[in-house]
Amino acid sequence: MKEYDIVVAGAGVIGCATARELSRYTGSVAVLEKNADVCEGTSKANSAIIHAGFDAEPGTLKAKMNVRGNQMMDQLSKELDIPFSRCGAFVVCLREEELPKLRELYERGLKNGVEGLSLLSGEEARRLEPNLTKEVCGALYAKTSGIVCPFELTLGLAESAAINGVRFYFETPVLSLERQGEKWLVHTPKEDFLAKAVVNCAGVHSDELHNMVSEKKLKIQVRKGEYCLLDKSAGKHVGRTIFQLPGKYGKGVLVSPTIHGNLLLGPTAEDVEDRENVRTTASGLQDVLEKSALGVKDVPTRQVITSFTGLRAHELGDDFVLGEAAPGFFDAAGIESPGLSSAAAIGESLAAEIAQKLALGKKEHFDPIRRGVPKLKEMSLAERRKMIEKNPAYGNIICRCEEISEGEILDAIHGVLGAKTLDGVKRRTRAGMGRCQSGFCSPRVMEILSRELSLELSQIRKNQDGSQIVLTRTRGE
Amino acid sequence: MKYDVIVIGGGPAGLAAALAAKENGAQEILILEREKELGGILNQCIHNGFGLHTFKEELTGPEYAARFIDRVKEENIPYLLSTTVIDLARQENGVTVTAVSRENGLMTLEGSAAVLAMGCRERPRGALNIPGTRPAGIFSAGTAQRLVNLEGYLPGREVVILGSGDIGLIMARRMTLEGAKVKCVAEIMPYSGGLKRNIVQCLNDYGIPLKLSHTVVDIRGKERVEGVTIAQVDEHNKPIPGTEEDYSCDTLLLSVGLIPENELSRGIGVELSPVTNGPKVNESLGTNIPGVFACGNVLHVHDLVDYVSEEAAEAGKNAARYAAGSGTQEGVEIPVETGGAVRYTVPSRICPDRMEEELVVRFRVGKNMRNAWVCVYAGEKELLRRKRPVMAPGEMEQVKLKKEDLKDALSLRVCTEE
Repeated sequence: MKEYDIVVAGAGVIGCATARELSRYTGSVAVLEKNADVCEGTSKANSAIIHAGFDAEPGTLKAKMNVRGNQMMDQLSKELDIPFSRCGAFVVCLREEELPKLRELYERGLKNGVEGLSLLSGEEARRLEPNLTKEVCGALYAKTSGIVCPFELTLGLAESAAINGVRFYFETPVLSLERQGEKWLVHTPKEDFLAKAVVNCAGVHSDELHNMVSEKKLKIQVRKGEYCLLDKSAGKHVGRTIFQLPGKYGKGVLVSPTIHGNLLLGPTAEDVEDRENVRTTASGLQDVLEKSALGVKDVPTRQVITSFTGLRAHELGDDFVLGEAAPGFFDAAGIESPGLSSAAAIGESLAAEIAQKLALGKKEHFDPIRRGVPKLKEMSLAERRKMIEKNPAYGNIICRCEEISEGEILDAIHGVLGAKTLDGVKRRTRAGMGRCQSGFCSPRVMEILSRELSLELSQIRKNQDGSQIVLTRTRGE
Repeated sequence: MKYDVIVIGGGPAGLAAALAAKENGAQEILILEREKELGGILNQCIHNGFGLHTFKEELTGPEYAARFIDRVKEENIPYLLSTTVIDLARQENGVTVTAVSRENGLMTLEGSAAVLAMGCRERPRGALNIPGTRPAGIFSAGTAQRLVNLEGYLPGREVVILGSGDIGLIMARRMTLEGAKVKCVAEIMPYSGGLKRNIVQCLNDYGIPLKLSHTVVDIRGKERVEGVTIAQVDEHNKPIPGTEEDYSCDTLLLSVGLIPENELSRGIGVELSPVTNGPKVNESLGTNIPGVFACGNVLHVHDLVDYVSEEAAEAGKNAARYAAGSGTQEGVEIPVETGGAVRYTVPSRICPDRMEEELVVRFRVGKNMRNAWVCVYAGEKELLRRKRPVMAPGEMEQVKLKKEDLKDALSLRVCTEE
């Protein structure tokens, strides 16, 4: 059995943000994650938007956390060495009779304290975004809206937490909780953990964890969203995130540049029972392509390089559930959109609440700085030359589509929370994320993983156990 | 130092181009290869059937490559391995090539001429937007081929293959020989995109069913592929409801098309054809950028490597001449138009003044045809009419044009007539 002051259940963006904020305080922290890496659930498959905060009802936790979380991103992205761009967003209105709803949204934004909002005519909007359709008759322009890489944000938060003493336990799902005196005994298949406080950051499973300890039951309705990702050659089709005016099911289909220069379309919104249902469907993908064309014309849909499904943890109360639900049990439940945008703020607020409860003081030497894997492709030739002189492995290109070198892959494997799988390398470096979708580089990345981690090639996995890539040696070997 | 000819890619196209450049007087030649050996994709093609046209014998891929590699070594043509070109730029009299490697760091190389010979890549699952889960066990056929033939590992035991391109067919046989069960090859088109001989030797000989007008409509399995659903498609390639069939399998191989890798070409401003995804070239295999030539699968996807070598030799020769400043650059280019089932031609423009006495024009047709005519017209004038008993999209066709026939031509048209 291991003993910590605080156990965080879940290494998604909320768990990692909370862990990092907790690491500002004295007190030991462990993060338990059922998957093999951080950011394996809801956090990895979403729109990758840092919303401005005009969308949520004034007074809700969603509104409060979103606006605060958005404000925190400039400093946070610098501290964590992760890409973040305030590219701005449009909410486009496609029907004259709905223009009042656009104004409502604008006013809601003002009430929420969102800065940099303005209303544009269809003409004005098209001048800034020439690929908007002629049906666009007005737009809400949110200058503070941004784009981020959800994985790098989560990994950055996690590694920063680890640098400041937080321990991560992967493939360690929380099975049940038991009150033991003033503490919680946390059961996992590997070992038990004893903690003064437990933080529930279990994403689509956050109601299950909550309901183990609280009489006031929660119910997560998992909502599935399908996306299509387009090649970088389509990445400049729009310069800002283009939302459609929200309807009954969330924010509608967006068209957005990604922080890495691709174009993202989606999501659909479909309530599902299976909490692991990340299938894409022909009808869903068709829907994404068709709906994206309503606000943006000539989307080069032949440039799709991959499609994926994300799951949103929609709580039936329709707001985030934050704070102490039972003595020493703290919720961050029902974190759906704008969860990614709110992550930093949720972490900040929960950590403060927990620290107060456990009477923890601030650490003297919190180190806010974390360095990511260097990105050689983004450097000038002179910088790149210097990097390769220092470490020749930066000169050996492994992923030709994204131009990722062996040196970057080695950095990812030997990082603070190093990659252990093909997906782990991919998300840390982008090796395999390009237009060939890992066709060329996967055997080479597998070799590097096998060499560096002293594993047989047949033990190298895509992600979770059971996802081994090759099975056995061939007959002749 | 300035090179006469820099060859980007050390596969079959690059090797043949470099050799031809040498034979035609280029002194300073450099081959840049990103893999750790010369030979390109041939190194993993351990089946035989290569070189029937060139050497009149059946070689394996590595054997075919070795014939060229040996000659490159005999000729002392320098090459750099594990070297990736990251940028190609124009300069006043030629090109600047920026490349990186572990050994040499970041290099800036100058050449009077460059030959693009980067080959092609496989279309991934995403390009088809196949719905379902995203587990381990989905490979492009070429990746699986590398894992089996070069790494010596078996990617799966029960296999479904989507796409009947040549690599898919070859891998159906290869996986079978390694003890895997290949349950079927599904092909969305009503015909195979592969060579007839591969359908016979790789599928029929092993009793592997080829399901034409079928595609994968669902992939199941969380960590590893557990099965796929295959459905028949209508004439618009849309799945027909009610025709779905479930196959249990742990592996799905995709052989759904090859795309010439022209990121570098695009960077330097080479004009690309939307049909081939390769550069538009003239009779000298020159692109719109002076001094930049293209050949092999980066130009258009070939069926047989023999034609790659033949074409690349032309590109190498012309690059050497360009570097030497010999041969005229003058003359008017006439566009080659297509008609009937002809999808494209390489070259797509011809300068009669610059062309040799005879010029090979390669093309592919868009459908299966029997007893159709291949015709070439210069304006209204018929230059050539040849009956072809069988033509198929999977097999490359060619016609030979004579310089004397094109002397006064203002337009050219290559077409099929039924």
